[in-house]
Amino acid sequence: MDKIGTYIMPLAILGILCFGFAKKTDVYSSFISGVKEGFSSVASIFPALFALFLAVGVFRASGLVDLITRLISPLTNAIGFPSELVPFALLRPVSGSGSLAMASDIFSKFGPDSFEGMAVSVMMGSTETTFYTTAVYFAASGTKNIRHTLKCALIADLFSMAVSIIVCRIFYAP
Amino acid sequence: MLGIVWIAIMVGSFVYACTTGSVAALGDALFDSASSCVTFILEIGAYMIMWSGFMNVAKTGGLTEKLAKFMSPVITRIFKGVKKGSEELKLICTNLSANMLGLSNAATPLGMSAMKKLSEKSINNTATNNMCMLAVINCASLQIVPSTLIAMRSAHDSVSAASITVPIWITSLITVIFAVLITKLCEGRDIHG
Repeated sequence: MDKIGTYIMPLAILGILCFGFAKKTDVYSSFISGVKEGFSSVASIFPALFALFLAVGVFRASGLVDLITRLISPLTNAIGFPSELVPFALLRPVSGSGSLAMASDIFSKFGPDSFEGMAVSVMMGSTETTFYTTAVYFAASGTKNIRHTLKCALIADLFSMAVSIIVCRIFYAP
Repeated sequence: MLGIVWIAIMVGSFVYACTTGSVAALGDALFDSASSCVTFILEIGAYMIMWSGFMNVAKTGGLTEKLAKFMSPVITRIFKGVKKGSEELKLICTNLSANMLGLSNAATPLGMSAMKKLSEKSINNTATNNMCMLAVINCASLQIVPSTLIAMRSAHDSVSAASITVPIWITSLITVIFAVLITKLCEGRDIHG
């Protein structure tokens, strides 16, 4: 199973290049304009990412993360959720940059290949910044009453976190 | 909202550090985080730029439309009243396929157009069932190649950075199915104009 993951990037890139060539597009200039677009989106996420790295840094250094983790651990242990991941799970639907910063913090603390690192990766990859996404989409249509949207999206996030842990337990028994 | 969260974390941490006497550590932490953020953006930024280049090749070749066509039979079943060959269907499908390909720069404007189109059937600025469904599905991410995450993991010296791909597929797929079901379960009758 690990093999599929390892081969996905090189195979995807090969596939994309062949696809672009077969469709008779100018592959090189498409690549260049994509790079340009990527460069500006990296530049645009930097300020928020910087702000949230600082926040996560002091959050960890002050001992507040450990306090929250300790307080919540009886509950999370009972349901089998790693308590170290609770601050990440809380921040995930609120802030994309914040959860990137938090995930990076967990990678430095436990390592990306530890159970915590794997679990945080799967959680990150299978959820979105729910509050932001909903706000942007409904602002576009000028909708005031969004009915059951937020409730359902947050329940789905919670469900996704639980499934992430179960899937990680199956794949990487700790 | 994010502004409040940011202030709360910052001030909360400083206040808590005062009570435990670890204020001195915070100065170092600020500096360390600032410099690790710069290192981080250089590492994952390089990867994101490269990926954005390759994905633009796919986009120019029309991969988004291909994937959109492929998923449209499923979409007409999930979104009630969205007809085959309609503008809404095309927008919804290209929005979702751009998201699956990780083209978030393209996906967001498409999703906004889809939402606007769907809102033509809404009254009193109230979301229709279809609008709620579109938002919920977009909140449950389904990405074929989780490129930013792979970049982040290799920046942290993972021995197999991409090994999380299959677990992410499984989790995402289960979540999207669950999200559609729970939204169907919660939705009441539409008040159509």
